[in-house]
Amino acid sequence: MLEKGKIIRHNQVGTDLYEIELAAGAIVREAQPGQFIHLRVGDAYDPLLRRPLSIYDVDAEKGTMEILYRVVGKGTKLLTQLTAGEELDLMGPLGAGFSIAEGINKVCLIGGGVGIAPLVFLARRLRSKNVELCFLQGTRTRAQIVAEQRLQAWSVDHYIATQDGSCGYHGMVTDLLTDENIMQGVQFIYTCGPEPMMKAVQAWACQHHIQGELSLEEYMACGIGACLGCARKLHSQDEFYVKICKDGPVFGLHEVELYEGRTGS
Amino acid sequence: MTQAYPSPDLSVNLGGIQMANPVAVASGTFGYGQEYEKFVDIAAIGALIVKGTTLTARPGNPNPRIVETPAGMLNAIGLENPGVDVFLDEYLPYLHAKNVTVIANIAGNSIEEYAALAARLEGQEGIAGIELNISCPNVKQGGLQFGTDPDTVYQVVKTVKGETGLPVLPKLSPNVTDIVAIARAAEAAGADALSMINTLMGMAISVQERQPVLANVFGGLSGPAIKPVALRMVYQVYQEVGIPILGGGGIMCCEDALEFIMAGATAVSIGTGNFVHPRLALDIVQGISDYMQAHEIEHLQAIKGCAVR
Ligand SMILES: Cc1cc2nc3c(=O)[nH]c(=O)nc-3n(C[C@H](O)[C@H](O)[C@H](O)COP(=O)(O)OP(=O)(O)OC[C@H]3O[C@@H](n4cnc5c(N)ncnc54)[C@H](O)[C@@H]3O)c2cc1C
Ligand SMILES: Cc1cc2nc3c(=O)[nH]c(=O)nc-3n(C[C@H](O)[C@H](O)[C@H](O)COP(=O)(O)O)c2cc1C
Ligand code: FES
Repeated sequence: MLEKGKIIRHNQVGTDLYEIELAAGAIVREAQPGQFIHLRVGDAYDPLLRRPLSIYDVDAEKGTMEILYRVVGKGTKLLTQLTAGEELDLMGPLGAGFSIAEGINKVCLIGGGVGIAPLVFLARRLRSKNVELCFLQGTRTRAQIVAEQRLQAWSVDHYIATQDGSCGYHGMVTDLLTDENIMQGVQFIYTCGPEPMMKAVQAWACQHHIQGELSLEEYMACGIGACLGCARKLHSQDEFYVKICKDGPVFGLHEVELYEGRTGS
Repeated sequence: MTQAYPSPDLSVNLGGIQMANPVAVASGTFGYGQEYEKFVDIAAIGALIVKGTTLTARPGNPNPRIVETPAGMLNAIGLENPGVDVFLDEYLPYLHAKNVTVIANIAGNSIEEYAALAARLEGQEGIAGIELNISCPNVKQGGLQFGTDPDTVYQVVKTVKGETGLPVLPKLSPNVTDIVAIARAAEAAGADALSMINTLMGMAISVQERQPVLANVFGGLSGPAIKPVALRMVYQVYQEVGIPILGGGGIMCCEDALEFIMAGATAVSIGTGNFVHPRLALDIVQGISDYMQAHEIEHLQAIKGCAVR
């Protein structure tokens, strides 16, 4: 779907982190957690391509959705300048989102940095189905923690880890996986964030025989499987590539070979 | 705004390919059409040039395969495709049933491969023409691109023409010193039309990682950044050959398309622009129609090449 999303609210929520609320009724009606929108920042030729951003939260009644983004380069820097009332050119909802398995009572969501974005929408959906969940959020420092209020409103057990110890657990968020009190009864795990983090989650889940899903990123042009730009091999010895935009961005947690650095190929 | 002037005739004949309007979507930028159906009526597009097809499946290049550059992008997809048989069995019938004007795009690493591909496409229902991607390395000639040598271009085109009755459009590579010499060779070999231009070879380096961004190191530059180069080449070739030209490279709006037509193109192709605006091709068709009405132009023939001095 193509839709002009009117900006209702745009505010900074942390160091280099911003939230945008958009009126985009048609996209919201179809949006599933884990899916993304492909948006055009401005109408100049530089930046030229659309930017993929996860659907962070939706309000089905109001027909609004939110995105949470981190300023990293040209496009996201430009995005910070847009104000309420302006419109964003959106394509979406795109990609294959998270699956929500029936008969699961407790899940763990673990996100690093801005990677929590798709997990927040997922938390909303899971809570509406009364699934119990623990939400583990890892950031570098306190000023990057987001979504506290909404998670609280949905009675989600929210655990925070900061690398500098300024809030919550002092250390890597994946250390929390070893905390029996938190993980007791978890049957499924969802993760999104830096690859080394997801690799640690994968290792833990493998050890504990727990299934799960993760979300991957790759540079994108079309966002819909036409350009074959966002390719990646699920395993290094595979012959063929999947397309992150169409086959993903969500994949089975144990289906993907993850890397310590940037995507190996 | 309604005008007294009758609605213009947008149809064009591209070397035997009958197009309802002069706007095609470029190979590799529109998949097999299905991907874009949610966004646009694909049957209304002048011609849909499908992803480059090889004899057997190709996995493509390692990632990263694409990167944005100022007003453009680099790609090194590596011709990922499922092979000609899968194209014919799984994708073509669907497009044919939808009445889409399909131009196949073939790529080989030897003249024999081009010949075999053309033969395989011969007699298949639903193909309006064959675009020859000659920007591929010729393995028998040390990997030199077919499209960089007039004699080789002549041989490839001649061979393919011998295998098929379909209109054949060689797609010229801009990575040459004399594009006119290549165009002439293609025409002499019996090409029905020319498609131009393919991407310009380029690269990008990550200063942070101190290495090329693309896993393939080099990639093809496309998008608005290449438009002036593409336009110049169409302008030059138009003056020197008699066969029609499908012009493109960086077209992002109706004015861009009109520039190509005024430089001598019979029809235009939209590539990277599809990624930015999935409906761009049809918006441009509308724009051209509006322009013709406003200027009382009955057929594009009236302005084709009008800017040439
Ligand atoms: C499915 C998906 C969901 C995403 N969700 C979010 C989100 O919710 N919040 C958020 O902050 N970021 C998200 N990202 C990452 C986001 O797309 C990039 O940070 C953003 O495109 C950077 O654009 P830029 O112009 O600021 O950076 P630049 O570095 O200037 O961008 C240059 C080019 O690289 C691409 N690029 C750069 N970094 C990435 C990246 N990590 N992933 C994909 N493409 C990249 C850009 O899209 C652009 O084409 C997501 C990425 C994907 C693939
Ligand atoms: C991602 C991508 C894939 C492409 N794949 C092919 C291909 O398979 N065969 C081909 O002949 N051209 C291919 N091209 C070239 C385009 O068809 C077109 O000629 C070129 O991009 C210039 O036009 P543009 O600036 O409008 O994109 C590809 C271009 C891009 C960006
Ligand atoms: S971005 Fe084009 S195929 Fe995924």
